[in-house]
Amino acid sequence: MFKEFKFFPEQASTLAGEVDLLFYFLIAVSVFFSSLIFFLIYVFAVRYRRRSEDEKPQQIPGMLKLELAWSIIPLILTMIVFVWGATIYFDSYTPPKDAMEVYVVGKQWMWHIQHPTGQREINELHIPVNQPVKLTMATEDVIHSFYVPAFRVKKDVVPGRYTTMWFEATKTGEFHLFCAEYCGTKHSAMIGKVVVQEPAAYQDWLSGGTQNEPLEVIGEKKFQQFACQTCHADKPNSRGPSLVGIFGESIKLQNGQSVVVDEEYIRESVLEPNSKVAAGYKPVMPTFKGQVSEVSLLQITAYIKSLAKGGSN
Amino acid sequence: MSTAVFKPRPDQMGDNNEKKTSYLTAGFNIRSWLLTVDHKRIAILYLLSLTFFFFLGGMFAVLIRLELITPAGDLMQAETYNKMFTMHGVVMVFFFLIPSIPAVFGNFLVPLMIGAKDLAFPRINLLSWYLFMFGGMLGFAAIIFGGVDTGWTFYTPYSSTYANSNVILAALGAFFAGFSSILTGLNFIATIHKMRAPGMTWFRMPLFIWAHYATSIIQILGTPVVAITIILVALERLFHIGIFDPKLGGDPILFQHLFWFYSHPAVYIMILPSMGVISEVITCFSKKKIFGYEFIAFSSLGIAVLGFLVWGHHMYTSGQSIYVSLVFSVLTFLVAIPSAIKVFNWTATLYKGSVSYDAPMLYAIGFIGLFTIGGLTGVFLATLGVNVHVHDTYFIVAHFHYIMVGGAIMGYMAALHFWWPKITGRLYPEVWARVASFVIFFGFHLTFFPQFIVGYLGMPRRYHAYPEEFQIWNILSSAGASILGLGYLIPLIYFIWSLKYGERASANPWNAKGLEWEKADSPPTQFNFDKTPIVDQEVYDY
Repeated sequence: MFKEFKFFPEQASTLAGEVDLLFYFLIAVSVFFSSLIFFLIYVFAVRYRRRSEDEKPQQIPGMLKLELAWSIIPLILTMIVFVWGATIYFDSYTPPKDAMEVYVVGKQWMWHIQHPTGQREINELHIPVNQPVKLTMATEDVIHSFYVPAFRVKKDVVPGRYTTMWFEATKTGEFHLFCAEYCGTKHSAMIGKVVVQEPAAYQDWLSGGTQNEPLEVIGEKKFQQFACQTCHADKPNSRGPSLVGIFGESIKLQNGQSVVVDEEYIRESVLEPNSKVAAGYKPVMPTFKGQVSEVSLLQITAYIKSLAKGGSN
Repeated sequence: MSTAVFKPRPDQMGDNNEKKTSYLTAGFNIRSWLLTVDHKRIAILYLLSLTFFFFLGGMFAVLIRLELITPAGDLMQAETYNKMFTMHGVVMVFFFLIPSIPAVFGNFLVPLMIGAKDLAFPRINLLSWYLFMFGGMLGFAAIIFGGVDTGWTFYTPYSSTYANSNVILAALGAFFAGFSSILTGLNFIATIHKMRAPGMTWFRMPLFIWAHYATSIIQILGTPVVAITIILVALERLFHIGIFDPKLGGDPILFQHLFWFYSHPAVYIMILPSMGVISEVITCFSKKKIFGYEFIAFSSLGIAVLGFLVWGHHMYTSGQSIYVSLVFSVLTFLVAIPSAIKVFNWTATLYKGSVSYDAPMLYAIGFIGLFTIGGLTGVFLATLGVNVHVHDTYFIVAHFHYIMVGGAIMGYMAALHFWWPKITGRLYPEVWARVASFVIFFGFHLTFFPQFIVGYLGMPRRYHAYPEEFQIWNILSSAGASILGLGYLIPLIYFIWSLKYGERASANPWNAKGLEWEKADSPPTQFNFDKTPIVDQEVYDY
């Protein structure tokens, strides 16, 4: 029953060691201060115990130097920890450019995962070792949170927007994947595993099983299924702007501002088409809210992304 | 100070000559209790109701710990388990911890400590108890009619759109309890400003009063925000007005901002009064002036003010801007400083004192021990890089129980043991009280320390079933909980016993300083003092 009796979780990502180092430092500081307090209380408690009822202890109202010392020393220590912690947080925020992209959709009570190559998984995420992986995440219903303890990463998946996270596994093996934000009845069953493989094994996994169409091909089908191309055709005088070559670019809006076309902007344009209309076009697009699922949205996004890569520019 | 303070209320003119009647014997029928405007009787009403809610909330905790002994969810269904932790949280936070010390000991002691006859608004004080009870009954009804399963945090859109349980009833319960809290805060601020006895200057006030003053500011400024938030959730749930659910055009993160804007300061509503209690107890049982009076007093205010600026540290993983997280992180580190100042000053107070170890002192020392660990682990959580890993795990659960149970409830127990002779006029059996304090201290550590470890290992909170490798820590925790539960039952028994069989207490059994000990009887007379006390001593003049 008790196979392992461990105090610290496995370190299986580039981030894990950094987080643990800071954690050990915090433990050291805490042990020092709590030992100091407990030791002093113990010593005073024994040494100055009441020996007779009519003792008159010497009265000491306070001492400014001491007050300053125990305000300033903790202040300096906490500021060191603040900067250290913030550095880790900032570093873990921006994914490297060569990160492999995976799309995650949470829904009560499962994780739906799509790879750019078209593989889909439920409650499992296969990734290659030593390769940065960026997740773009959405939810169909309530808030979930994607948590892999062995990687020391966690990010909420929030309805109405995309959130992203990234990590780089440093060890092969299987690691827990938990939903960390309470999401209803079967919250504790919304768990799975991250399977980290050697690149060769990962390639085998990719090519194994049923033949999958790449995500962008599925996305293209959805694009046509929702008849997007009737307006967004890549030719002059279409009712909507051409989507070729726009992903990652900055475009001008009707109101004179500009916006970078990213996942969030595409999502917003499908669900709230009139909130940021491209310059030179009329706000005539109907909303697809309630008709298109988060999964399809991510597929369509992948298609639009592929237009940027291969396209006519 | 105003002399109007001691003008008897018209309805009590007749009783004024019976000065030696204690507040307990001033009337025996049920009416004399339920319609009382005496701050001391209202405190007793709160004490009885809060004891009920404490054991109700504790019962849910027992069921949670029983379920978690095994990794599989085998004792109850997931839905039932979710209701258990929700109701444990709702009952303990809104119907026990937030009112606890202010409503019982604040009500009883604020007028006594500053030499007043009652609070500034006695009838509003009674109203606040009725509001609390109405809220409590709504919360209780939510439980009877099948419970709530949103977690005590009521996160949207789960609470506003998806949950199929009595969200509205439970939330309204918290709403009304909140108004009770606002009125209590209002009453304390008015009383402390206007009703101090002659000579009771601001810096002669006991630190208990400073702590309650700071708490009251939070109650008045913070609680209306959670009231509004609850109304917004109700509007969305009942009328589908889009505020938090993106499908209706709302923003779920907005809820978290509004919720924590109150609920983080609410933690200080729980802990500040406790700190006030500890300051009183430490001085009394070391027969010493408190070390650094002004620093402790102003650190309470510092906590109250800074406490309003740190709510975003609950949301580092929510997808809020990293720059926002940065600001909240640095402010959170700053709020650690005033808490550290208090702990150091209490410790320094013992130096060269005449220290005795009666039960209240044991609880107070227990408080320092537990609060120090709770506070230091709070620093872990303020740290951006570490928080991401431990957020929403048992590490957090352990941390806030060290603050709320280890801090707030240890303080509550210290207060109960310290002022019990004053409140009831009886002494409790000291030996049992000492035994209970050790049982609670040991049971507490065994319950919650393993949760730090299992949290860092990655066990998420609010899990009905969990992977096997976490079991050993959960077994330890459940074992500790059974000891802790026993520890809370022992005082229940000897306190009740003492009401009939306890030795009669003198006016000042601890030889403590302070108007409530030196100038009032045990139990106090109906109007507290025979004549308005005049304060010519410095505070804690041991």
